Amino acid sequence: MFPTRANLLRASSRVDINVLVPIKRCIDYAVKVRVNPDGKGVDNTVKHSMNPFDEIAVEEAIRLREKNKDLVDSITAITVGPQKAQDTLRTALAMGADKAIHVQVGDQHNVEPLQVAKTLKHFINRDKFELVLMGKQAIDGDENATGQMLAGLLDCGQATFASSLQIADGKATVTREIDGGLETVQGNLPMIVTTDLRLNEPRYASLPNIMKAKKKPIESVKETELPFDLKNRLETVKVAEPAQRTGGQKVDSVDDVVQKMKEKGLI
Amino acid sequence: RDALLYLEHRDGKLNAGTLSALTAAQKVNGKVVGVIAGSESISSAIDSARRLPLSRLLVAHSEQYDHHPPSTLAPLLKTLMEKDDSLTHLFAAHTAVGKNVLPRAAALLDTSIIADILSLEDGGEVFTRGIYAGNAISTVKSGESRKVVSVRATAFDGADSSSSDQVVVEEVAPVQVKDHAPHVSEEMTLTARPDLGSAARVVSGGRALKSAENFGSIIEPLADSLGAAIGASRAAVDSGYADNSLQVGQTGKIVAPELYMAIGISGAIQHLAGMKDSKLIVAVNKDPEAPIFQIADVGLVGDLFQVVPELTKKLS
Repeated sequence: MFPTRANLLRASSRVDINVLVPIKRCIDYAVKVRVNPDGKGVDNTVKHSMNPFDEIAVEEAIRLREKNKDLVDSITAITVGPQKAQDTLRTALAMGADKAIHVQVGDQHNVEPLQVAKTLKHFINRDKFELVLMGKQAIDGDENATGQMLAGLLDCGQATFASSLQIADGKATVTREIDGGLETVQGNLPMIVTTDLRLNEPRYASLPNIMKAKKKPIESVKETELPFDLKNRLETVKVAEPAQRTGGQKVDSVDDVVQKMKEKGLI
Repeated sequence: RDALLYLEHRDGKLNAGTLSALTAAQKVNGKVVGVIAGSESISSAIDSARRLPLSRLLVAHSEQYDHHPPSTLAPLLKTLMEKDDSLTHLFAAHTAVGKNVLPRAAALLDTSIIADILSLEDGGEVFTRGIYAGNAISTVKSGESRKVVSVRATAFDGADSSSSDQVVVEEVAPVQVKDHAPHVSEEMTLTARPDLGSAARVVSGGRALKSAENFGSIIEPLADSLGAAIGASRAAVDSGYADNSLQVGQTGKIVAPELYMAIGISGAIQHLAGMKDSKLIVAVNKDPEAPIFQIADVGLVGDLFQVVPELTKKLS
């Protein structure tokens, strides 16, 4: 049998993969969040930055390419967020992503995981990404759901809470943090991998890279251009302060500690 | 208005968080149908499940469900929900397994997930859940016809698991789908101590311990004297003093024991999110301004290297 062009290509093909890194602009992790007196939300006029788990995902994508130049063809960051989320995309570009997609929504619209997952699926079908690296949860909504939902919508493999990732021969091998230990799973690409804290330590973007990032392309898409709507399914009835603990009592000695524990019947 | 509850199990035992999720599911005011899945090796977990307050117990026997893989379990849960119109809610505990499987099942049902709930009202129409590491509590209402809900174990008491009437087991057919990312191996941290997630007492260490050796020689004897589980702050885990499975906080374990001892932990927002619902919080820290003291019931300012050995001695 003569080798066809397609077969030749396949035989010689490097396993180039295109990586999609979904990121979210969140209130900075070090800010003490305050509930608005109207009970409708929290004070949003504070410092924002990239969700820390997403920074880990961006870092992992860059490291994959640094480890093996032939492996990663492109790294695309994507966000569903307000106008200001472009700053967060620029941060990803300055770290080393090649290009970005911004799905723009209203300033007050915190899009739910299911609608974000549908949006990601839309762009994965359009642009063909073989690997999605994303944070296991955003530190605002704390749902821990978007990656799993995306994998379900795509009917592909998922590996959540990753603390180590290897890609070889079109397969991803992922060590996951589970209750009481670690689990390793392995599957063919495409795969959705969500990152846990111990996967890596993200780099800071250097000044030259921040300058370079300004020239990298960001595709802007309006939510009305999508073939589905991003309306929230859940109605937020109110947002309230958590019950405060009546703590703050100090004692003077170890004997006092022992006494308090005795009073509570703990010893 | 019945609820389907995914019964998580390991080594033949039901997960403690699943019993809390069952209590939450009972508040929907209908019956609770349990579903358990796995190979023949799950028979002792099935025996335990039969003693739960369930109206029915569905069992899907197949090796494809061992280790709770999301790509096979989510289609099973979707099929069971769609087959029975009386099922309006799908519940699981917000554990590593629940977090992994439930959102995928929700997406297959084209419904949102209501994650990590602290309470539910109005027969499971209205829910509260923490956002921003528990610094705000959001009340949400779902108008979806099917509601998928994961439950914070520490927010609900565990259901009674010693019913004398045994639930009849109904076999259900496994849904044949490909496992896209099969289990290869696992490495569990072996410990004779109580499980961190469900222990009545927890002793946690922080960065001030300065080394893994100190963590072992200071924290372990105190935990032993109290029969407590061991936890750690993220700083201690990141510094390599403690195993990552011990991390207490927003992104680690959420605990609410009778006694929580924070040793050399300053009390970052993310750590407080994981333990502030503990009944009695005892904190030892040399910095009197450490945020942990604002929520501690018993705070002792002092050098942990002197205080903790003395405390251990007095407790032994």
